[in-house]
Amino acid sequence: MHDPHVILKVISKFLVPFIALFAFYVQFHGDFGPGGGFQAGVILAAAVILYALIFGLDAAKKAFPPSWVRVGMSLGVLLYGGTGVLTWILGGDFLSYGVLAHDPAHGQHYGIIAVELGILCSVTNVMIAIFYAFGSRQPEVDEDNW
Amino acid sequence: MSFMPLFPQWIFEQGPAFLIVLPLLMGAIIAILPNRSMAWWFTFFVTLICTYTAFGLFQHIYFDSFLLYTMGGWAPPHGISLIVDGLSAPILLLISVMAMLTVIYALPASISEIEPKKRGPFYAAFLICFAGLMGMVITGDAFNVFVFLEVSSISTYALVAMGAARDRRSLAAAYNYLIMGSIGATFFVIGLGFLFMETGTLNMAEMSAILSDLDGGTRVSKVGYGFIVVGLGLKIAMFPLHTWLPRAYAYAPTKITIFLASTATKAAIYLLLRFTFTVFDPSFDYISIMLKYLIVGAAVVGMVFASFQAIFQSDVRRVLAYSSVAQVGYILLGIGIATSSGLAAGYLHLLNHAIIKGCLFISVGAFWYRFGITRVDDFSGLFKTMPLTMGAFTLGGLSLIGVPFTAGFVSKVKLILAAAEQEMWWAVLVIVFSSVLAIVYIGRIIMAAYFGSPPKINGSTFTKNEAPFMMLFPMWALGLMSIAIGLNAFGIGDTFVSASEIAASVLLGGRG
Amino acid sequence: MLSLLLDQYNYAVVIILMMTGLYVVFASRNLIKKLVGLSIFQTSVFLLYITIGKVSGGQPPIVESHGSDHANSETLLFASIGEVDSVAQSSSEVLYSNPLPHVLILTAIVVGVATLAIGLSLVVRVREVYGTIEEDKIEEYDRIYYKEILERQ
Repeated sequence: MHDPHVILKVISKFLVPFIALFAFYVQFHGDFGPGGGFQAGVILAAAVILYALIFGLDAAKKAFPPSWVRVGMSLGVLLYGGTGVLTWILGGDFLSYGVLAHDPAHGQHYGIIAVELGILCSVTNVMIAIFYAFGSRQPEVDEDNW
Repeated sequence: MSFMPLFPQWIFEQGPAFLIVLPLLMGAIIAILPNRSMAWWFTFFVTLICTYTAFGLFQHIYFDSFLLYTMGGWAPPHGISLIVDGLSAPILLLISVMAMLTVIYALPASISEIEPKKRGPFYAAFLICFAGLMGMVITGDAFNVFVFLEVSSISTYALVAMGAARDRRSLAAAYNYLIMGSIGATFFVIGLGFLFMETGTLNMAEMSAILSDLDGGTRVSKVGYGFIVVGLGLKIAMFPLHTWLPRAYAYAPTKITIFLASTATKAAIYLLLRFTFTVFDPSFDYISIMLKYLIVGAAVVGMVFASFQAIFQSDVRRVLAYSSVAQVGYILLGIGIATSSGLAAGYLHLLNHAIIKGCLFISVGAFWYRFGITRVDDFSGLFKTMPLTMGAFTLGGLSLIGVPFTAGFVSKVKLILAAAEQEMWWAVLVIVFSSVLAIVYIGRIIMAAYFGSPPKINGSTFTKNEAPFMMLFPMWALGLMSIAIGLNAFGIGDTFVSASEIAASVLLGGRG
Repeated sequence: MLSLLLDQYNYAVVIILMMTGLYVVFASRNLIKKLVGLSIFQTSVFLLYITIGKVSGGQPPIVESHGSDHANSETLLFASIGEVDSVAQSSSEVLYSNPLPHVLILTAIVVGVATLAIGLSLVVRVREVYGTIEEDKIEEYDRIYYKEILERQ
């Protein structure tokens, strides 16, 4: 048990759930106050990236597989666009959330939540994808020769 | 001929948003599609449906009235609006037709250019780039223009870099394009910031109303216009800002070169027109000075200088790339003249040049597909080995020069007439001189192809080795199109001319 | 002159950052440094927009619900998007900063991140292919490499 990073590991293990929780707080606060999918997505991605930095890329890839990332990126866009397509099917203009419920104000509410979820999904996965893409490259120079 | 009954009412109501949403969402779907061979079919059908929709919208503009679409039902100026009018509809149709032909060409070309693993992402990026270009042209919100500009540009950088499998110089070319393109987009957004500072709105129609109330506005909007012109100039490859273009065109995968050459710069020119004439007004003194000296000056110098550079290139794709810079000069000259006939001529040349350059680049791409080389010397004897490809190249080349009965002739004559109307005799001279230079650089290639003999490899000459049908079809479609415009067959030429006149009237007439 | 500069110091900061970024892009021959310059350049634009959105003495533009009724706040929000002008007039005693530039800049930041990511990934590929990220060396290698290919033909 001579892990040099023991403090970092313990602290970050403690922090990661709170970062994720904060991300969701920002996310679900986003339809009425400051917040929203962009910020929440970046914060959520930061949780995964912190985990990857401390425990290594392989551990992070086990916790959050790259195949999810690829699907998640597109899924977010489809969730956003799908909301618009749904409003088309319900007979409104593209992204006119008013038609989503009987009361237009409620419709607005549901629409924004769906769209923000789409943004969260895309932004989180894109951020993680960028991190994985750069992190997985094999360094040409040995770690010791830097 | 009106084809209006062929289109359901839904197209006219929701078509503007549909044109952006469909390629964007399908791009996202293709990115996660497990079966890669499906990607091409998806892309093809998306471009086909978009062409159908854009044609419907074009018909609506041509025979009826312009369309205003409110995103999410929020009325402008607070909401984002999409505008399809006489200015944007022909360009929408142009972009979707070129995208469809490029996709047809891309099926055989992908086999040798793109690794199988990257074909899914390739088509996804292609569709997103396509969606960005459509969005840029259709939107009526100034900041939205920036977003779509970057959507299309960023995917273009990735697409250009995919040429690395074939030619490693494409990486540096894509990087260079990225730096110049981002600076251009950032300049554009700085300009928008100044405009927003002055007018307090981002809706183009609202902006234009406020600016004309202010009689052109203060120094803030002048500076803003300057930034916008420089930013768009980088995207257009206006003469001194064109340095990224030849490398990006020469080293990108051939199908991306085709698509970029015939659409990306055209959409940027559309934005320049939109901002100069409908958001601002050419009657403001700073706009007229800018048009008269800067745009015309850049156009004229570019026409001569880039044509000279084209003559001295050894790679055919670089010849054509420099020729694109020169042809942008013609279009800008028409815009700079700023009369109704000048604008119509510039707009017509924009459409014609897209068709001509598409045809030329597809021919060169087909040649590359068969032989893997594109130097001018390599074209020697090509007429004997690839007669059909060379035939289409000749049609495109003649049209580029402006030989009578071709599309290039129609628009160049109109341009000369427009310049003569304003008694800009020196401009007429430059147009003619630059066309003579075009004879030299196109003639050089055609001479080699017709009179040279096929090179001998291992002692035996090449036999006939024609391009596959999937490549011949788009190149001949475009080649015959340019002849049809020149001969006014089936009234196509008249349709083009009147479409350009409608566009000019939108630019100069009331704010529509 | 000095007081003008002090009053509008954020514009001075914007201009300094903008010019620094642009200079770095054009002056350096290292691919990474160019991207750093580009990022600085883009950041200056973010600051410019945020400066535009500031209304002196303005409150954060959040519509607060005055009643305990949840639906009330919802209709207020709905109204505040659709009829901005009328709400602004009716509650003219509260001065809000303009939120629009912040929203725009959020988009521009995302665009900037995407550009940077693409740029960096291109640099990674360049490094893998050429073994260098100095522009001069890349050009030199290309010259030698393609000359050899031509001679071989």
